[in-house]
Amino acid sequence: MYRYDSYDQAIVDARVEEFRDQTQRRLTGALTEDQFKPLRLMNGLYLQLHAYMLRVAIPYGTLSGKQMRKLGEIAGKYDKGYGHFTTRQNLQYNWIKLADAPDILAELAMVEMHAIQTSGNCIRNISSDQYAGVSADEVADPRPWAELLRQWSSFHPEFTYLPRKFKIAVIASDDDRAAMRLHDIGLKLVERDGVVGAEVYAGGGMGRTPMVAPLIRDFVAEDEIISYLEACLRVYNRYGRRDNKYKARIKILVHEIGVEEYKRQVEEEFAHMRALGLNPPVEELARIRDFFAAPAYESGLSEEIDRSDRAFALWVDRQVAAHKAPGYAIVNISLKPIDGIPGDASAEQMALVADLAETYSFDELRVTHAQNLVLPHVRKADLRAVWQKLVAAGLAEANLDLITDIIACPGLDYCALANARSIPLAQKIASRFAAAERQAEIGELKLKISGCINACGHHHAGHIGILGVDRRGVENFQLLLGGSGAEDASLGQITGPGFSEDGVVDAIEKVTDIYLAERESGERFLDTYRRIGMKPFKEAIYG
Amino acid sequence: MKILTGNDLASGDVIWWAGDGWSRQVSDATDVGTHGDELARAEEAALRVVGAYVIDATRDEDGVRPAHIKDRIRAFGPTVRPDLVEQPTEADIGKWVI
Repeated sequence: MYRYDSYDQAIVDARVEEFRDQTQRRLTGALTEDQFKPLRLMNGLYLQLHAYMLRVAIPYGTLSGKQMRKLGEIAGKYDKGYGHFTTRQNLQYNWIKLADAPDILAELAMVEMHAIQTSGNCIRNISSDQYAGVSADEVADPRPWAELLRQWSSFHPEFTYLPRKFKIAVIASDDDRAAMRLHDIGLKLVERDGVVGAEVYAGGGMGRTPMVAPLIRDFVAEDEIISYLEACLRVYNRYGRRDNKYKARIKILVHEIGVEEYKRQVEEEFAHMRALGLNPPVEELARIRDFFAAPAYESGLSEEIDRSDRAFALWVDRQVAAHKAPGYAIVNISLKPIDGIPGDASAEQMALVADLAETYSFDELRVTHAQNLVLPHVRKADLRAVWQKLVAAGLAEANLDLITDIIACPGLDYCALANARSIPLAQKIASRFAAAERQAEIGELKLKISGCINACGHHHAGHIGILGVDRRGVENFQLLLGGSGAEDASLGQITGPGFSEDGVVDAIEKVTDIYLAERESGERFLDTYRRIGMKPFKEAIYG
Repeated sequence: MKILTGNDLASGDVIWWAGDGWSRQVSDATDVGTHGDELARAEEAALRVVGAYVIDATRDEDGVRPAHIKDRIRAFGPTVRPDLVEQPTEADIGKWVI
């Protein structure tokens, strides 16, 4: 994992003290709310439905046991004993007191964490593949590039006041586990003739105008990625619309001027940037890469897993993924218990997961955009011990990528922007489909719920997506089918008129019934939908 | 009736104007009539509230009920965490929100 050098630490410490002073001035009236609001947002502090909410950055979703333990301690000490892992691999606290916020940031800084780049019209926290560094199919570990981008983008003076927020994802596998093409810029590391570089996608995103990012360059060598991104950002910063926040994202610019024209302008800018010699020295990427060297895996480990306990075997089959090192496995920890809140973890659960990381996973953890956690390096011989501890902590649900592994934004239960509640609906759906046999029969089905058009719950990218809307003060839910955030990225299509909360659960059951009746061998829900189209599903729902 | 709500500046708690100060219970909210905006500006200037705004509500034998579900959730707390709500003693209080 990356460790702060003296510059990183000094920057973060100084930021804490600056915010402490700003907060004090707000509390004594020297700053008005209009003056203070942009300052607190630059430190991840929002005013939400019930209280202040603090969003903590987890760069590319990687953190240590010590960092996770600190997140749990803060939840217990300053919040109401829990936190919420988000679809951007971050963590949110829901019940923060303004006066405590500087102390919380100081505690985060002690473990090399902060809340910078979690709000505002800047380049946000970089996201990545939760299997980075441990997946056998990747070209290279994408995290050194993500870290390089973090350092490049942090407080970048030219890109601190962009037309709108800007999200970047970096992956390095053909399997896209980070919804890369639904970001403002997506980088996919590839190898061409022995040289590592990146495919660059630009203009993707969800929200009220969802778009899948088109490819704008099929290869940028690794030592020019920064200057190419500078060119992309510079064109956006110059021509992105600042007159209308709903049309200010880069996807609108790329759409309005066209992909070819955007590419042309970026290439023109890139040619100019190249001449300036702005790329960081290759030694810097090498220095960063050293932090992500593989841990000291043991050799000669057994590949055997004792599957005599049926519950354990079911969990292994669903939650454990192949690791590139012999004798090791990737463990996915579900934060989606049937009657729970998607993405929520208690202070005690965070402490337990921190212990597991330190004891069994080379002190490393990942957060996924699907609001789950990952222990990336577990010896197969230790899987049973890990599972037993997860069972005791209520963290052993075996539902990865199944219909109850639901992405849900906080919705109207917590969010000031929301129009409808996402969490109770997620709980009703999970309860309806709770039987393990039924979930297994349906197989992979990614269900995603957003409580408003801003799409934090990624409903456009759900095999089944749900959008909560306000119909004259009453919650109503639109149903979408056919979306995907994976390598086969696509946007879901609305089935028709919306439903009540109970009505949408019934509609989902009709949809899955049609799928089970119509599917051909080996087809996932999404495959069947793409083959037979919307019509049979619509007839079942509305007929 | 019109009632005034916002968040306590220091704690962030949801608060309701109760006539002579702020309360954390919506049942204490009083009708601000046409003076809500003026009151909001004065209370914000006095550093007692942030993000104050006027909403429609009704009063009946069960107390004060904000007209919109968003404000009822603000009054009640997250419907999915009954252990954290402001009025946890009433068994069917969740229905009040919907």
